[in-house]
Amino acid sequence: MAGVRMSRGHAIAAHAILIAYTGIALFPVFVTVINSFKSRKAIFADPLALPWPGNFDLVGYETVLKQGDFFGYFQNSMIVTVASLFFVILFGAMAAFALSEYRFRGNMLMGLYLALGIMIPIRLGTVAILEIMVAGGLVNTLTALILVYTAQGLPLAIFILAEFMKTVSDDLKNAGRIDGLSEYAIFFSLVLPLVRPAMATVAVFTMIPIWNDLWFPLILAPAEEVKTITLGSQIFIGQFVTNWNAVLAALSLAILPVLVLYLIFSRQLIRGITAGAVK
Amino acid sequence: MRWHIGVFLAPAVIVYSALMIIPLFGTLNQSLFNEVDGAVRFVGTGNFARLFGDPLWAGAFWNALGNNAWFFVIHMLVQNPIGILLAALLSTPRLRMAAFYRTAIFVPTLLSFVIVGFVWKLILSPIWGIAPGMLDLVGLKSLFAPWLGKEEYALTTLALISVWQFVGIPMMLIYAALLSIPDEVTEAAEMDGVTGLSQFWKIKLPLILPSIGIISILTFVGNFNAFDLIYVAQGALAGPDYATDILGTFLYRTFFGFQLQLGDPYMGSAIAGAMFGIILLGVCIYLFGIQTRLRRYQF
Repeated sequence: MAGVRMSRGHAIAAHAILIAYTGIALFPVFVTVINSFKSRKAIFADPLALPWPGNFDLVGYETVLKQGDFFGYFQNSMIVTVASLFFVILFGAMAAFALSEYRFRGNMLMGLYLALGIMIPIRLGTVAILEIMVAGGLVNTLTALILVYTAQGLPLAIFILAEFMKTVSDDLKNAGRIDGLSEYAIFFSLVLPLVRPAMATVAVFTMIPIWNDLWFPLILAPAEEVKTITLGSQIFIGQFVTNWNAVLAALSLAILPVLVLYLIFSRQLIRGITAGAVK
Repeated sequence: MRWHIGVFLAPAVIVYSALMIIPLFGTLNQSLFNEVDGAVRFVGTGNFARLFGDPLWAGAFWNALGNNAWFFVIHMLVQNPIGILLAALLSTPRLRMAAFYRTAIFVPTLLSFVIVGFVWKLILSPIWGIAPGMLDLVGLKSLFAPWLGKEEYALTTLALISVWQFVGIPMMLIYAALLSIPDEVTEAAEMDGVTGLSQFWKIKLPLILPSIGIISILTFVGNFNAFDLIYVAQGALAGPDYATDILGTFLYRTFFGFQLQLGDPYMGSAIAGAMFGIILLGVCIYLFGIQTRLRRYQF
């Protein structure tokens, strides 16, 4: 085994580099969060000090909760992200199943057509998407965002899920067919549960760009009642740019939900990736 | 009859075609039109000729393209090597706390551009003084400059911030590729006395080249489509003096207008068309020039 022969020095060097980089990765988040709990004076006097009773102050959070409708923004982001995620995974899994399970004329071509979207960013069609949404009366609705994000997430989802579904045993599916299950039942009750790790991978890779997107909310849904948290915090910070307490508190509030979601998914994520889809 | 195939495919194909493919071609189509004497007319490649050659447009376009190329170069030279290094270290057998490192290093990738842009703006701000203070600790305070505000540093600084944010993606993908190398291969290498660094260079690196290829093309597509970080940190004018203007911000300004400048959907479409061409060219070079030459190994 390699581990046995790996010298101690080697392991220490590896840890040193990884710890150093972990520090670089987390430092900005750390600085933001600790300073969001401090008084304005303390933020400037000693930015690296931890919050303690002498400098503790929640004025930033008070301003944020009073001024911006952060719960509303958060709710909008949740609705958009969860709905898009649901449709991407459902539609993506269905299409991936059709492509990986059945041999039909045009299968290859259909696969290539759907994979095109992995390489070509949907943003380049923004001009025409805006016109479609205006024509359909969908500007400033969450529906517009959900539709766009579903289209945006599908290509990669289909690609990853199709690779995975090829690994589901044919014997299992054929046994189901002999038992008289319909193709739909085979898909929903046999295949879907088996590709759960792949679905988690797709979920993370789909979720991050949707939650963090600024482009489409800015263009398709900039109105106050449909603002997402990313757009909401961007505008809030722009207005309060000199109120450091409020800015730091708003940033901390925006970081938290993503971190929690990530910690929930992260176990499944690495299993999904290493199971071989995205090699 | 095999209706179910159609049922399985229909929702994905309809949504994808209606909101991705048709708008894309709609935009490409619109780039061939423009207003001439108050009426919309077909102008062929006229918009592109203006974009590439008309002094009113060409300066801004080539500036944005050049900046974008530099943005991409930094990612290739910094982000991907760091990602590979971290992945190689993480995949060391029996490394303790590997899961912790992996989770922590991926955190910046999850953050929105709004957070990343403002956090770094605050840290690099000469008013707050975290960056100069930290440089002072190691005796390098003289090196400090308001990097985001200086024309010669701003773009590189933003590219490095973007590297900080996205290094988790190459790390994860390379890590997965390294884990999928069978133990027999590394064991055989060790039998022959190939260990440590030389094992990485001679055995593992050739095996993960296809993954490095995929990362490169993903980086390329992502960079030439970037917008958010620059918009958040420097605004739509991509200051100082357009020094950080890339194709995405240029497209946004042209299409939607900014301050006194009116929006121009036709030239905006032309810029989107040019970006489409650039990305397509890059993807084709990768698919036909690089990917076909990569040797794949099956275990």
